[in-house]
Amino acid sequence: MTVAMGRADTPLPADVDVAVIGGGIMGLGLAYHLALLSGGKARPPLSIAVIERSYLVSGASGRNGGGVRMQWGDAGNVRLMMESIELCKDLAQQLGINLWFRQGGYLFLARSEAGERRLERNVQLHAEVGAPTRLLTAAEARAIVPQLEVAEVRLATFNPDDGVVFPWAFVWGYAARAVERGVTLRTHTSVVRVEPLARGYALHLHTGEVVRARRVVNATGAWSGALNRQLGIDLPNRPHRHEILSSEPLKPFLDPLVVDLTTGLYFSQSTRGELVTGISLPDAPDGSDESLTLHSSLRFLTHLSATLTRLMPITAAMKVLRQWVGPYDVSPDGDAIVGPSPGHPDFVQVCGFTGHGFMMAPAVGRLLARWLGLGEAHPMLARWSPDRFAAGGVARREDMIIG
Amino acid sequence: MTARTFVCRCEDVTLTEIERAIAAGLSDVEEIKRYTGLGTGPCQGKECLSALGRLLVARGLISPAALRPFTARPPVEPVTFGALAAGATEVPEDPSP
Ligand SMILES: Cc1cc2nc3c(=O)[nH]c(=O)nc-3n(C[C@H](O)[C@H](O)[C@H](O)COP(=O)(O)OP(=O)(O)OC[C@H]3O[C@@H](n4cnc5c(N)ncnc54)[C@H](O)[C@@H]3O)c2cc1C
Repeated sequence: MTVAMGRADTPLPADVDVAVIGGGIMGLGLAYHLALLSGGKARPPLSIAVIERSYLVSGASGRNGGGVRMQWGDAGNVRLMMESIELCKDLAQQLGINLWFRQGGYLFLARSEAGERRLERNVQLHAEVGAPTRLLTAAEARAIVPQLEVAEVRLATFNPDDGVVFPWAFVWGYAARAVERGVTLRTHTSVVRVEPLARGYALHLHTGEVVRARRVVNATGAWSGALNRQLGIDLPNRPHRHEILSSEPLKPFLDPLVVDLTTGLYFSQSTRGELVTGISLPDAPDGSDESLTLHSSLRFLTHLSATLTRLMPITAAMKVLRQWVGPYDVSPDGDAIVGPSPGHPDFVQVCGFTGHGFMMAPAVGRLLARWLGLGEAHPMLARWSPDRFAAGGVARREDMIIG
Repeated sequence: MTARTFVCRCEDVTLTEIERAIAAGLSDVEEIKRYTGLGTGPCQGKECLSALGRLLVARGLISPAALRPFTARPPVEPVTFGALAAGATEVPEDPSP
């Protein structure tokens, strides 16, 4: 049988050049880009294995909202996302899948003076960087989404290039094309122990197998701390539960993804017709939000519904269909944690993407592969260095993180 | 049964699409759900899940004892945002920065 996707019985080589732990969008996107390079400029070709504990898309990559935007508060992030959105345009063809990528824009709403200042700053910054974001009055926002209750809206911004994707297809597409290019993809297999060798690492799997790798990439997102601790690598990213839901499918009526800065409410209509929506939820008093438990809460449902029906009154009659949870991998300064680990240069992190790793993955996969395969630098890699925390950390640069 | 036999009527998933997922090496209900969209519509798999389970067992891909339904997602039945909003204890009001 042709092994087009990961299986629990895919044979694993005893030695590989690069072992990627974690089959989410980061691990698979990186493997795909490495394999592309490997056939071309990187000589000799690299042997690459991806090892995933569960099924593909079981982590945050199969549980997110699919929002893709260049409206950020920091120039580095705006540029990176312009790169990523550019890549998304051709990706469906490259990966041979339907990405359900729909550029309906992102509409940000400010209802406070502070929010208003953030949006004004963004528009100026985006103009400098070349992103087509524009300031809108409340009435203009309402022209884009006629169902909005805009009495409290002071200012809005809109970027027509932002949009949404359907995450599952995206991940399967990277997986299929990576495997086609020679990547070994093993699913339903957990890495239980990482043992440093004189050169590289031995990965001990729950099946008793051992894979030796010259370099290892930790792409386990919210679960990454457990593997890092085994090697004495101390990084400050922590898991955080984020809830989300989708409604019954409706005919297309909503073009942009709408974000209310005040409440952290966001909602969009997926290409499948469902309203997909989430919100910043104050932490539950029992501390469970900092855990990796994936139970849904009624608190989220009621809090979100009260907020949504105030801003979008017609939704009162729409029905909630499904609610679920995924783990954010929260980095304390809002920047991802990518690159060689402190004290372990051949154990490479690609973690800490908080609530925006999906949209960044196309650009991250490519730039990280170029660094691993060709030694090519990228300005974001210097900024994302896992070493920055030992030096006392850096101030938060990004204030447009939602959720 | 034909290639156009619908296994999941909510999301229009056909037997052919399930066969394609199996050919791609998938054998677990959670992964087949996410590969095809089966079970993600209004009935939440109440209709299609048993048909999928039966197929996987018939193919020898899973033993009946190991077969588990996929995670149930609340709400059990579709509920309006309006009804849920009425259950909120604190109505979010204050514009914070
Ligand atoms: C509800 C929600 C909404 C979001 N909305 C958006 C959005 O709109 N836009 C956006 O860009 N981002 C969004 N995000 C964030 C985005 O989903 C993540 O940043 C991104 O998916 C991270 O990808 P990843 O590959 O790093 O992690 P994951 O997809 O979590 O993958 C990590 C994988 O590692 C595996 N693993 C863990 N431990 C081991 C081990 N020991 N051995 C083997 N495998 C292991 C896990 O099973 C998992 O599959 C959202 C996240 C959530 C939870």
